[in-house]
Amino acid sequence: MNKVRASVLMRHEVGLHARPSVKLTKLAKAFESRIDLGLSPDGPWVDAKSIVKVMATKAPKDSTIYFRAEGTDAKAALEALVTLVDGDFQDGR
Amino acid sequence: MDDRTHRPARRIEGKSAAPGIALGPLVRLTPAKYDARQHRSAAEEHQALVDALAASQAHLISLAHEAGDDDEAEAILAFQIALVEDDNLTAPAFASIAGGEVANRAWSAAIDSEIASYDGASDPYFRARASDLRDLRDRVLRHLAGETDQTVPVGAIVAADDMPPSMFLATDWRGGGLVLRRGSPSSHVAILARSRGVPMIVGVDVDHLENGRGALLDGDAGFLIVDPDTDMKANYCQRRAEQSEVRQAVASFSGPALTATGELVRVMINVTGLAELEDLDPAHVDGIGLMRTEFLFQGREKLPTEEEQYQIYRRMVEWAAGKPVTIRTLDAGGDKPITGLTQAGDINPFLGVRGVRLSLRHLDVFRLQLRALARAAVAGNLKVMIPMVTVPEELDRCRALFEQAVEELRREGREAQLPPLGMMVEVPAAALTIEDFSADFFSIGSNDLIQYVAAASRDEPQLADLARPSRAVFSLIGHVVNHGDRSGRETSLCGDLAGDPGQVAALLDQGLRTFSVTPGALGPVRAAIARYLGPAA
Repeated sequence: MNKVRASVLMRHEVGLHARPSVKLTKLAKAFESRIDLGLSPDGPWVDAKSIVKVMATKAPKDSTIYFRAEGTDAKAALEALVTLVDGDFQDGR
Repeated sequence: MDDRTHRPARRIEGKSAAPGIALGPLVRLTPAKYDARQHRSAAEEHQALVDALAASQAHLISLAHEAGDDDEAEAILAFQIALVEDDNLTAPAFASIAGGEVANRAWSAAIDSEIASYDGASDPYFRARASDLRDLRDRVLRHLAGETDQTVPVGAIVAADDMPPSMFLATDWRGGGLVLRRGSPSSHVAILARSRGVPMIVGVDVDHLENGRGALLDGDAGFLIVDPDTDMKANYCQRRAEQSEVRQAVASFSGPALTATGELVRVMINVTGLAELEDLDPAHVDGIGLMRTEFLFQGREKLPTEEEQYQIYRRMVEWAAGKPVTIRTLDAGGDKPITGLTQAGDINPFLGVRGVRLSLRHLDVFRLQLRALARAAVAGNLKVMIPMVTVPEELDRCRALFEQAVEELRREGREAQLPPLGMMVEVPAAALTIEDFSADFFSIGSNDLIQYVAAASRDEPQLADLARPSRAVFSLIGHVVNHGDRSGRETSLCGDLAGDPGQVAALLDQGLRTFSVTPGALGPVRAAIARYLGPAA
């Protein structure tokens, strides 16, 4: 199995609130891999496909978001997620 | 002509709640199919929640489609859709169902713990999301209770146990009518029905009404005929045509309302929104005596913004072209619940947290409304009144908040002014001590005043004889009108009592000179005023 990690600085003005969280979980769910999200490199980790869990991190502006993924499409998943956060959630999806 | 499906006409008695005649197919809205008191297996409860979640999800998705270009609405709905699809939210509910809990309590407990964590957040943005979760909670609970969003075909005669005002407002009533088991002529759905010209009767045993049968609803006499024969139909078609002629004649009547002795009486109208003003010429009325704002707040995904409210209030003031427009601040609670604002499960809602009591506990919502009103006051002759005032301090607090809102707006560089601030007189305690209140005007809300004076619910058909305008009620009305006259402050009456031509003389006897009625009652009330010869000797 493929294990991947990545991190990205989030600059969204109100932090990881409803609209960005919806986009992030939707994108995460498009991949088969198990994907976790955390606010530090050591976790705690939450399921990046769960809106309840992602919103519960209440990540403010300028937090660094850490991802770890495990599965066949783990690498593609994290690339897509990092691009989404880095592009301030302007994904046009 | 007769075939095997022909059945003899059957007459079912009810009680008139809104006049008019309707002819159309019966549509029976199914009552709540979910009863928490029933003992059901865990598997049935599990399935009930699965179904309710799926139905809520489907409804949210269709709402999101309808939202179209409205970015904000779309985002809010997308958040709720993501929540309802999230196993992390639903799993605890299913676990507690497996442990023997009923579906509605299991779901509430699961989502309430999430709501509590949002309520406790330090970031105001996250705190505000609690209302989205409440909205979702209530949506699923409604589905669990079987109160699904049933749509009603145009032109149907709808039969149901009861109907919330939000559903009434979401229905296209052209050519249709309403038959309810519960409710009364003074319930809010009946007020809406009269205002929109929808024939309605109450107190009907709706259990034996069959979907799809032809029916004739007589809202004037208060009965329903199932399977009417051709003669009956022809007779009613003619009556309906005659009625619409009379209505047109009444609507074209203008000029001041004068008693037979030449005394001027002001006749204003009660409205719930801009839609009712479309066909009405402001020249035919003396202003708006009551604008009920709660209907702006009902049946929506989120509370109306300051800007949205301001636009509506301003357009009303502009419509009236200098005549007074009296807007009542949010009168939620009682029989007018609002998602995310009123308390669910109030044991005795009419004696509970409603009207100004609710507004003073939700200052964020109240301040927005006061700001919108202060801005609209610049546009014309706006007056604001506060519902359910019981003690003078409540009105004083409202005035202070209003003054703050005006100051705040001016600091922001916006035009604003403090309009005359009056109070509804509907609580007996306020009527009895009316001298103690520093209101700029008084408006008597007879519907609530009557039920509070008689301690008899206006929604209990069996107590209709008690919940009527008694000598006790007229004596309180006289007391308030006298005080208004002595202190130079206007007193009007905006309850159903004012729109009843049979009570006009009694109200004029008490000294009342300002009536506010539903637009449909304008003609009959003016006619009754014109017949008035002065107090009986």
